[in-house]
Amino acid sequence: MEEFSFRTIIAVFEEMFGAGLFWSLVVIAAMITVAFIYMLFRDRGLDSRRLVRAELAAPLGGIAAVLFVQWITSSGFRDIGGPIDWLVVLGIFVAGSIGLMLLVYVAQAVRRPPPRSESATPLSRE
Amino acid sequence: MNDDLSLDTTRRGFLGLAAGGLALSAAIPPAAARTVQTSARIVILGAGAGGASIANRLMRRLDGATITIVDGSDQHWYQPGFTLIASGLKSARYAISGTGDWLPDGIEWVREDAAAIDPEANRVVTEGGERIDYDYLIVATGLTLDWGAVEGFDLDMVGRNGIGAVYAGPDYAEATWRAMDAFTDAGGRGVFFRPPTEMKCAGAPIKYTFLTDDYLRRKGTRTDSQLTYVNHSQALFGVPVITEKVELLMRDKDVEVHRHHRIKGVDAERRELHFETDDGDARFEYDFTNIIPPQRAPEAVRQSGLSWEDRWQDQGWIEVDMHTLRHRRFPNVFGIGDINGVPKGKTAASVKFHVPVVEDHLVAELEGREGSASFDGYTSCPLITRVGRAMLVEFDYEDNLVPSFPGVIAPLEELWISWLMKEIALKPTYNAMLRGRA
Repeated sequence: MEEFSFRTIIAVFEEMFGAGLFWSLVVIAAMITVAFIYMLFRDRGLDSRRLVRAELAAPLGGIAAVLFVQWITSSGFRDIGGPIDWLVVLGIFVAGSIGLMLLVYVAQAVRRPPPRSESATPLSRE
Repeated sequence: MNDDLSLDTTRRGFLGLAAGGLALSAAIPPAAARTVQTSARIVILGAGAGGASIANRLMRRLDGATITIVDGSDQHWYQPGFTLIASGLKSARYAISGTGDWLPDGIEWVREDAAAIDPEANRVVTEGGERIDYDYLIVATGLTLDWGAVEGFDLDMVGRNGIGAVYAGPDYAEATWRAMDAFTDAGGRGVFFRPPTEMKCAGAPIKYTFLTDDYLRRKGTRTDSQLTYVNHSQALFGVPVITEKVELLMRDKDVEVHRHHRIKGVDAERRELHFETDDGDARFEYDFTNIIPPQRAPEAVRQSGLSWEDRWQDQGWIEVDMHTLRHRRFPNVFGIGDINGVPKGKTAASVKFHVPVVEDHLVAELEGREGSASFDGYTSCPLITRVGRAMLVEFDYEDNLVPSFPGVIAPLEELWISWLMKEIALKPTYNAMLRGRA
């Protein structure tokens, strides 16, 4: 039986994209995630307006991710064969959605820092 | 306005979280392989999938060893890609890289093939006459395609008049696509077969039959065509449960199956394939065919005394223990890949599992202990059933199905995810294996 270790998966991804591109993508994804978390701390919570706009953009990211995978393979939607294939499509869609949602949220937060008065309402106050 | 999703957070908390993440990433242990001091002379015959992989691993594990790899080819071929090339999905370049690209620093690469092996004297002689003495020998030569055993065939024929030869190399696979493309444009009689010897990737002839069927259907010429699969024995595959599935697919795709036919030759002018059967010779007219010749150990191996004496006499696979891959008569000789005389698995997937077993037993011996790794016969085949779908069949010596993703990827189901693995993930995994990292 095949056994996968974390190290093997990293090696495979490095071969797939090239080590430089792979780690660049990892760093970019990590930076966006860290920036998102930083915005949560800076703004002391989620800004609902930004979040709604980010959520509206999210499906575009999901669709783009699914189309990208279709583009890089010689296969298409007609080849989806079993439940696991639908789960793969769903997984790709969700990953693309979350990625774009975080990016859009961060982009808004960077462009427009909140005024000194609180723009986000925490669940509890110190 | 009141947010439902807001957090009670501070900058200090953020920094704490970031520090925690860094600490966690630092806690992941570095590469664990311990190096062993040795002055052993190790010779690896062949710098293909098995040779390159074990070379990289041994260079990392051993300190002070003299490791020599013997291979006269400047090109490394990614053979699992040949089917994709012969299906028009990749160019020949997809499968070609430089042999030297995969070899570790510090290894001595003798750019000649072995002409003779003397396991009694622990010596290899190259085609150029160079003598190389060894303490340990790893035979990873791969196998030889015996084109001469197909009467009337010449590799110059490939790509024209309906003749393909997917196995012959990347350029021939590309030429085969040109012939298959022309055939499927017009339709006609497609005849596919496999040789009567052991062969690398026994699923490949079946895949290529199905891919040709797929192109005929896509181009609207399937109804004007007849496809025939000619098998050397009764069973279409070495594993009964997979044979049943392949039989179903052959029926479903309306491929006529003939059994117990052994390829003899081809008459390119009359477009006929000649087979030997128990009831005399048989002829099949074709408009397109994929020539796959008998396969044997290279001559130098067959003459070395390393082959089984009572099995595969016409093929010459080496006599290794099926679990340790160590030679049964010469304990300082190991085998990796297609050259091994074991019941199953002339595939790159098997190579991936041969390599750590040989590494374990060799390094253990150099440390003065016994190795413990055992090869269970694992091999796998992404059995393509059409462009875009495949079955990820994995099995062992006992004919068990041994799925890597049990309960997730069903082995006998035609799935898109299995195709994605073949098309996208397999080559990076193979490359990582060559570097000794997978």
